[in-house]
Amino acid sequence: MTTTSRREVVITGIGIASSLGEGVEAHAAALAAGGPAIVDTESFKPYPVHMLAALELDKQIPKKSDQRQMEPWQRLGVYAAGLALDSAGLKEDAEARSALQVIVAAGGGERDHAVDSAILTGLRGMNEPGAFLNERLMGDLRPTLFLAQLSNLLAGNIGIVHGITGPSRTFMGEEQAGVDAIRTAQARIASGQSDLMLVGGAYSAERRDMLLLLELGGYLRHGTFAPVFARDDEPGLITGSAGAFLVLESAESAAARGAKVYAKLKAAGAARSRRAPGTVESALTKLVGSFGATGADAIAVSAATGCAGITAEEAAALKAAAPSAKRIATGDLVGHGVEAAFPVSVALAAIALSTGQAKEAIVTGAGHWRGEGAAHLAQA
Amino acid sequence: MSKHRDAKIHRDKMGRPLVAVTGLGVVTSLGQGKDANWQALTAGKSGIHRIDRFPTEGLRTSIGGTVDFLFDGSFTAPQLSEKLATLAAEEAVTQSGISADGDFPGELFMAVPPVEMEWPQKQEIAGTIEGDVDYDGLLRAAATGKFRAMHELFVFGGVADHIADRFGTKGSPISLSTACSSGATAIQMGVEAIRRGETEAALCIGTDGSIHAEALIRFSLLSALSTQNDPPEGAAKPFSKNRDGFVMGEGAGALVLEDYDHALARGATILGIVAGCGERGDGFHRTRSSPDGKPAILAMQDALADAGLTPDDVDYINAHGTSTPENDKMEAMSCAAVFGERMAKLPISSNKSMIGHTLTAAGAVEAVISFLTIANGTIPPTINYNNPDPALAIDVVPNKARKAKVRTVLSNSFGFGGQNTCLVLTAPPEAA
Repeated sequence: MTTTSRREVVITGIGIASSLGEGVEAHAAALAAGGPAIVDTESFKPYPVHMLAALELDKQIPKKSDQRQMEPWQRLGVYAAGLALDSAGLKEDAEARSALQVIVAAGGGERDHAVDSAILTGLRGMNEPGAFLNERLMGDLRPTLFLAQLSNLLAGNIGIVHGITGPSRTFMGEEQAGVDAIRTAQARIASGQSDLMLVGGAYSAERRDMLLLLELGGYLRHGTFAPVFARDDEPGLITGSAGAFLVLESAESAAARGAKVYAKLKAAGAARSRRAPGTVESALTKLVGSFGATGADAIAVSAATGCAGITAEEAAALKAAAPSAKRIATGDLVGHGVEAAFPVSVALAAIALSTGQAKEAIVTGAGHWRGEGAAHLAQA
Repeated sequence: MSKHRDAKIHRDKMGRPLVAVTGLGVVTSLGQGKDANWQALTAGKSGIHRIDRFPTEGLRTSIGGTVDFLFDGSFTAPQLSEKLATLAAEEAVTQSGISADGDFPGELFMAVPPVEMEWPQKQEIAGTIEGDVDYDGLLRAAATGKFRAMHELFVFGGVADHIADRFGTKGSPISLSTACSSGATAIQMGVEAIRRGETEAALCIGTDGSIHAEALIRFSLLSALSTQNDPPEGAAKPFSKNRDGFVMGEGAGALVLEDYDHALARGATILGIVAGCGERGDGFHRTRSSPDGKPAILAMQDALADAGLTPDDVDYINAHGTSTPENDKMEAMSCAAVFGERMAKLPISSNKSMIGHTLTAAGAVEAVISFLTIANGTIPPTINYNNPDPALAIDVVPNKARKAKVRTVLSNSFGFGGQNTCLVLTAPPEAA
């Protein structure tokens, strides 16, 4: 299902932060140079991780009390959202911020690893494990940790820190949450249901609880870094801390307030192939094919995971549906950001277009266990 | 899609497709299905009881509206949430008659509780580790591939993906959270997709089966829960002077939404219309609402404006009414701001007095109950209303159900993180 524009949808704000640093310039340079990826193979050994570059949090989250109420993924998201609002010129526009609608693709917050480990050790050989668990959780959980873990509290914190009183929605569901967030925001503006939206996601890779969930399913690459499309020796994800938010608006609205347009978001679509060999390739071929033939000077930014089978299928789909496009893997630059992977990829595509590195861009992604998505961008 | 027999195209006052409801399903601690729930709700019966799913020793709150009649053995929150959603959706889809089983001709919008690995599963992995447990040890155990099924059990998109498989919904299923207004947001997203013309039908579900020790303790640590455990059925007392917090509940509500003309063309029974939706953010605080109630007021006004209606058109308010000191005060005050002097006699009741706060599911469960209220001409009461809060001059339909002609309901949902979502639900149009 693809929503094509009835009203033209443009990107007027880009906020991005990752292992490469923050902002349009840092990421434009890495896109142009094709890397290099900054990967830490020691901190979470045997799992390589793209660690977030140091951010001056005070620049986007001025109050320390706000910073303390958040987990790293929330701080990263709020920070990236602030960058997007800055680049769209909306920070000082209280009226626009009160009308701004927000869609966030989010997972959940980090566990308190020390508390979990101590409880699991203590539970061994316990005669009354339930009572012990109650006592330890009542005593050891920080009351506010819950708020730092709740999925919709990234959106809530964006509202509080940046003074947005328009409504927000949080989509969950790994990579596809990011695809559906972009798709829904685009469709709302294209259809006239909204004029101005902030959409994106954030992921903190520097946490063992998420590595555990992914490793349970056998989705992680061990050992060293290798490019996303060249991991046949050891297929799998290399996760990266990354956050990206985009300000989307109707072309009329952007023109009326004299906003700089980074790129046009012409279409975004999503699919749910019932996974079997070949279904990712056919779903993505169909989605990308629906955008029409790609011209010269096109790029394809892929949010591919590096997981076995589906990554090769994504490559095949791009080759079939957008043969002229130069392929760039988001994972080669910033790692895989799960819920944030697709929004980060759309942001990278918009950055490439706005810095003249291409005239047209396709973005694709296939979630590590389900869901396929694609978007089509063009130079402003 | 079938050919429209009726050439007339119906539109709302803004020229958009009308969004009809053609199927409803519900499960709560009061029972499974609309009939069982309606009977209990109109009898003023409570589904709140002492929790025996897990030990409650040492906890300040030991009661809840758990749904205990679906599994024999142990289960996780996503498994119960999925089961609740499946049962509610089966009831709704069957009633709608929209499709053969497993081939729902539209998209899925699901409000699901955020999930994470639970203690029994972590203990199972920890059981294979020598010495003290830490996450590196758990990771090494996970790398053996012996616990592979836990991945799909604890990913955020799992429940909705399984429901999409079960009902054959089309497109990419949405798993969403707007905290305690999630169920209403699921309905709103269905409405918007139909209005955009993207889909002619939507399956909208809110589900929550996540009462386990840690979930309860988390709310308890925020002092959000009632601690008046005895008797359990007396703890949820919205709008009462001695209200002291909410009671966690479980359940699911499911609605089949359909383009009105699509429903008419296939001769479906129209149960009602989702006429308007309003939503506002509140940048005031992570758990507390703006003291002036402004976002709630605006959300209600937006919903009415979206429906092309005025406050005078509303016959009944299905309250968020959590039974926390703050929510009920803010809600009553906000309603007074929207409805003015009429608020003294406009009935407003809280289903949560009987089923507790079904959290992620609440907006959907309460929308289903609102349509039953319209269909049956009876307003379910607010029970446990024995000690009115004199500061809240409202008609809460105290303790006993009331006969009333109800054509238009305003259903309120407010959540942590500044989420405010209001729905305007109406009777089917009299002349098609």
